[in-house]
Amino acid sequence: MDTAKDTSARRPVKLLIVDDSNIVRRRIERSQQFDDLEVVGTAANGIEALELARKTDPDLVTMDLTMPQMDGIECITQLVKLKPEVRILVISALSDKATAVEAMERGANGFLDKPFTDRQLNEAIAELMY
Amino acid sequence: MLREEELKTFVDGTTRYFEVAAQQPATIGSPYLLEGEPAMHDYTGMINITGKREGVVYFTAPRAMLTVLLMKMQESDFSHESMRDLVGEVANTISGNARRDFGHDFVISVPSVFAGEKPQISQPAGARAFVIPIHWRSHSAKLVVSLT
Repeated sequence: MDTAKDTSARRPVKLLIVDDSNIVRRRIERSQQFDDLEVVGTAANGIEALELARKTDPDLVTMDLTMPQMDGIECITQLVKLKPEVRILVISALSDKATAVEAMERGANGFLDKPFTDRQLNEAIAELMY
Repeated sequence: MLREEELKTFVDGTTRYFEVAAQQPATIGSPYLLEGEPAMHDYTGMINITGKREGVVYFTAPRAMLTVLLMKMQESDFSHESMRDLVGEVANTISGNARRDFGHDFVISVPSVFAGEKPQISQPAGARAFVIPIHWRSHSAKLVVSLT
């Protein structure tokens, strides 16, 4: 994978990170290797994610599924109504096929299993955005 | 009731977690049937299981092990909150990965986390609890799986 391609002509890709784990949120923020990716917010559940999506208009959202208050599947459903053009990368430990299919049917564009390596994360982002 | 062969799902999930997240494999000891109350370490992350199976899965680990694990994950925050976060995430990841074998109806909760207190663990009638010993670097932890 070439993550070092020239992206100087692009406008920044706005990234919203959604996960109920602080450690995972920081990990995603730290591990992404794209110069033109700008983290515009982090959220710990679906409700926070929708509020931040309204405020920050993200291009890409990384979305956990198992979260308190509003889970990822419900959040994806509402997010695609709010921002139909947003790209959603699910990052979840729920690694059965039915869950992945359901997430895609609701509007997700990619699925990355937890645990993940930095390389897997960057490949998944590149597949969606570049 | 949880069968011995089903434990492989959790052993594999634990192995994968340490290989990928910590980039250093753990050694998994022989699982054994829990009798009485398990010894808990400093931090415990517990997942309730509902759906076609019922019970709990919990990961319990000493602070020293979690500190090194956070270091291996490039974390710089070793606070009490990070320890709580980490045990919850480990339990969540191993339980969630088990859906590969147990299917979509293996429903997992968000983690409950206990630190320095005795967890309130209610095991359903008919459940058998197995302890999976985890050895990583010089530290030891446990994954306990109790399912109908």
